[in-house]
Amino acid sequence: MAELTYRQAVARGIAQEMERDDMVVLLGEDIAAAGGVFKTTEGLLATFGPERVRDTPISEQAIIGAAMGAAMTGLRPVAELMFSDFFGVAWDMVANQIAKTRYMTDGQVALPLVIRTANGGGLRFGAQHSQSIENWAMAIPGLKVVAPSTPHDMVGLMAAAIRDPDPVIVCEHKALFADKADVADGEIVEELGRARVVREGSDATVVALAAMVPRALAAAEQLAAGGGPSLEVIDLRTLVPLDVSTVLQSVEKTTRLFTVEENPRLCGWGAEVVSIVAEEAIWSLDGPVVRITTPHVPLAANPVLEDAQMPSTERIVKTVQRTMDAAR
Amino acid sequence: MSTDLTDAGTGAGVDRDLRLRMYRTMLECRMFEQRTHELFLAGLVRGTTHLGIGQEAVAAGFATAMRDGDWTFCTYRGHNHTLARGVPMTPVLLELVGKQGALMGGKGGSMHLTSVEHGVMGSYAIVGAHLPIAVGAAWSAQYRGTEQVAVCFFGDGTTNIGAFHEALNMAAVWKAPVVFVCENNQYMEYTPIRSVTAVERPAADRASAYGLEPLVVDGNDVESVHEMARLTIDRARRGDGPSLVEAVTYRQGGHSRADPGTYRPDEEVRAWLARDPIPAQRQRLLDAGVAEDDLAAIEAEVKAAVAEAERVAREAPDPEPSTATTQVWADGGAEWRS
Repeated sequence: MAELTYRQAVARGIAQEMERDDMVVLLGEDIAAAGGVFKTTEGLLATFGPERVRDTPISEQAIIGAAMGAAMTGLRPVAELMFSDFFGVAWDMVANQIAKTRYMTDGQVALPLVIRTANGGGLRFGAQHSQSIENWAMAIPGLKVVAPSTPHDMVGLMAAAIRDPDPVIVCEHKALFADKADVADGEIVEELGRARVVREGSDATVVALAAMVPRALAAAEQLAAGGGPSLEVIDLRTLVPLDVSTVLQSVEKTTRLFTVEENPRLCGWGAEVVSIVAEEAIWSLDGPVVRITTPHVPLAANPVLEDAQMPSTERIVKTVQRTMDAAR
Repeated sequence: MSTDLTDAGTGAGVDRDLRLRMYRTMLECRMFEQRTHELFLAGLVRGTTHLGIGQEAVAAGFATAMRDGDWTFCTYRGHNHTLARGVPMTPVLLELVGKQGALMGGKGGSMHLTSVEHGVMGSYAIVGAHLPIAVGAAWSAQYRGTEQVAVCFFGDGTTNIGAFHEALNMAAVWKAPVVFVCENNQYMEYTPIRSVTAVERPAADRASAYGLEPLVVDGNDVESVHEMARLTIDRARRGDGPSLVEAVTYRQGGHSRADPGTYRPDEEVRAWLARDPIPAQRQRLLDAGVAEDDLAAIEAEVKAAVAEAERVAREAPDPEPSTATTQVWADGGAEWRS
């Protein structure tokens, strides 16, 4: 057991897989000599050498395209897009090429690759370095999407993503990099497509992802301390594949559902979760389903404005309280 | 170390069998595409096609210089490059007509022909995308030490898109074993390339930006192309890095099946038709002493192969609708939820 930051967990998960498989290689801007602008790949160049850990020019299309070409010819590349906003620069590679090639070739081409990216807001970086893009990726058939919320999950889900035979986008949340937790020694491999119930409760289900998980947990504790409703909190962990079963089971027990989403409102992952619950568990519900999201606006750089935009613990508490009270 | 390519394009060192193979390859491309076009007009081929009629020498010259295991990356105008690597006509035609037995199960169509077992790693329909992808494949060969080479074909229009720049730079920095081949057919879709490009030679004039030498070859002379292919592929295989070749050629038809190409001056079309690579190679073979009967036999065989592919295509059943949701994931399925 060792205390690990979420940031260190990125490198540990990658190193674990590089140790066991020579075909795992890394590429991206500033990832080798500099150890990554977020220090998430620190030490990997020293351990695995420049053939396996490659600095690239600022060429996002070439980074992601090269990862694809390497994956289709036997390597298991892990490419970094420094900020998830840069998916905008490489979207042809991601959405048109990587996501569709297995299908278009009827399975001739396999693409076992990972795109890692620093995702999410809260660091006052402004609208082009703060976005939550997981729902962009989720909208394209052929991409798996992972967004860990803890150091343990970062190690285990990174390992699972690298071992997966399909393209996986791993969203590393910028606001979580400094979070610390004890992580077990030895190999850790989690399974893609498995949500985790991180707090059991009886009155309402709250589904969250990445940086919204600790906020949902804090809200649940505040409500409990004040004699409010008992919240069951689910960390989705993976958006594709989506663990619908865990959500449905919880909703059947609690009869209420909230989602906490960092992405802007329209077409957020919560909309899909809610639509599935509406189709398959409507008779289990005892009240309206409520999505707690960032409003449908770009994120602001100013701390007061950004904090007003992203779902806060306080907003989760108030929204849950108001909704539950109204139903009584 | 740089290679002296000044003697490229002389056709030196090409033996008789190889010359005949190049001729046959060009004919296979030409006859297949001509019949495909007719079947399109007759309604048998669906969607769209982008023909490479007139550009066969580039495909044949390079394919005959590649080894098994080398990789072809090409564009939506990719029938020639696919056939030239030895992919049989029948599954290709079945892909175009959308019947069972198709090369990619009918999921890709004309613009995405792929046959991994033949080293045809895909036909790419978003301009420029496959240049970085070819660099990645070349990196993989370099890392694994397999001495495989990636050959990446694209049109003149591609030289003006960002992925071209990113790929050329990265390939040069990494000394990746990749040969970039610009087929300058004079037109980016409907627009003359010279009217939208800052330099005279869209590829060769950019080579120096990547520390590469400008290489121009007559893309309608299959033996010159072959020689250039041999030299640049050898260079890549030796570990001496990428090359950028501009093969000057002409698209005898329009951009796609919807385009009759009427914007091209008659005089220009006539001049290029007179430089058709296939009759030129035929004459060269006759001049070299190949018997007329031997050439006629090749022509008859290729014609028969096209006819056989058409026969199979006309009789093949439609695909099973249930296959529309297979092969999204490596497990063969399309499931995204529990």
